[in-house]
Amino acid sequence: MINVQDLHKSYGKNDVLKGISTTIQDGEVIAIIGPSGSGKSTFLRCINLLETPTSGKIIINGQDVTEKKTNLMKVREKVGMVFQHFHLFPHKTVMENLTYAPMKVRKLTKAEAEKSGEELLKQVGLYDKKDEYPSRLSGGQKQRVAIARALAMQPDIMLFDEPTSALDPEMVKEVLDVMKSLTKTGMTMLIVTHEMGFAREVADRIFFIDNGQLIEDTAPQAFFKNPSTQRAKDFLDKVLNI
Amino acid sequence: MNLDFTPIMPSIPYIIKGIVVTLEIAAIACVLGFILGVLLSLVKLSGIRFLKWLADFYTSVFRGTPLVLQLIIIYMGIPQMFPNIEIEPMPAAILAFSLNSAAYISEIIRGGIMAVDKGQSEAAQALGVSYASMMKDIILPQALKNIIPALMNEFISLTKESAIVTVIGALDIMRRAYIVGGATFHYIEPLLIAGVIYYLIVLVLSYAGKLVEKRMRIGD
Repeated sequence: MINVQDLHKSYGKNDVLKGISTTIQDGEVIAIIGPSGSGKSTFLRCINLLETPTSGKIIINGQDVTEKKTNLMKVREKVGMVFQHFHLFPHKTVMENLTYAPMKVRKLTKAEAEKSGEELLKQVGLYDKKDEYPSRLSGGQKQRVAIARALAMQPDIMLFDEPTSALDPEMVKEVLDVMKSLTKTGMTMLIVTHEMGFAREVADRIFFIDNGQLIEDTAPQAFFKNPSTQRAKDFLDKVLNI
Repeated sequence: MNLDFTPIMPSIPYIIKGIVVTLEIAAIACVLGFILGVLLSLVKLSGIRFLKWLADFYTSVFRGTPLVLQLIIIYMGIPQMFPNIEIEPMPAAILAFSLNSAAYISEIIRGGIMAVDKGQSEAAQALGVSYASMMKDIILPQALKNIIPALMNEFISLTKESAIVTVIGALDIMRRAYIVGGATFHYIEPLLIAGVIYYLIVLVLSYAGKLVEKRMRIGD
């Protein structure tokens, strides 16, 4: 369970997050949408503390991760993240990308890490690429490897920061399919996305963030049919009626 | 042309033996300078204000004063300030060159680290990897790949500049050329030989550097 209490984040005088509070249950899939620069990504990055909140609390599975003495690395082990630009390790093969953190952090043996790596690669349909370097993969393949790399740490929560925004249109589906199959495993997922169809289909709740505030938190059907705020209406008008 | 190489011919092997001394200074100084340079660059990027200031000060002193001055201060200054310490020309030379090249190398490495995409450290952090492991396994290997040409350049210039150890009497190529000149009263000829030797060393090193670079590009 993730419990966020009055989360603020500012850069100097620029307030990016202006008091976000919410609770996310285990196994929930949350799609976070909203205009560019509204603070969606910052919100996501606060949860695994890639950004340090200015104030407020984030409690993950009963542990306040914003407290100073919290071991950041222990928190991050359990919170996987997938980035817009993949950030695979270019000097490591696909398999090495998957086994590096499990061996370093979870102290698995090479054989154990490779065994689970192979399973994950099969799961994302890239087993035949295991010895390639990332530069040889397409964008969609890179992102699927990045998802597998995050899953290799056996996280409780997965964060996706616009995972398909940097992809060519024909590669979006292969990544969304992997994510869709992941939602069926009961993984808690927070997904910042511009894919409205996907959000509507897989999400349990939609977070609409605008101007640093969580202004709607509703079920997808209700949100897309009948958003309760004018700002969400305007936003949907713009992104859905192109 | 008034050049006569015959009187110095027997002394050419003696000059050539200086290659060992020159390369010893350059190679050890490069390794030590590299290690110290990595540490300095990490300190500079660490965000610990006092240490960062110290590392920056170190760099500015060693870049801001002539190498020959640093060499003389280490060779003559240390025994004068601490009378119970004696320092031979070779250790003094190696020490001076190591400390000096560390200053330059730390800046090269710092630039190399900063040029690695920030997403790399974020990805490593998001996986729960510690700072030390991240630097060692993810960031430095990528940074080094990008700065190999600059490091080779530093090593080559170190090899050439090591000629100034002559002022403290280490028996490198240059010093030996002087000695032969003094003994035969033919001064220019041995120096020309020394010049050819330096040039050949640099050619070989440049070629080796290209090979290393090529190998490092394989993963791309």
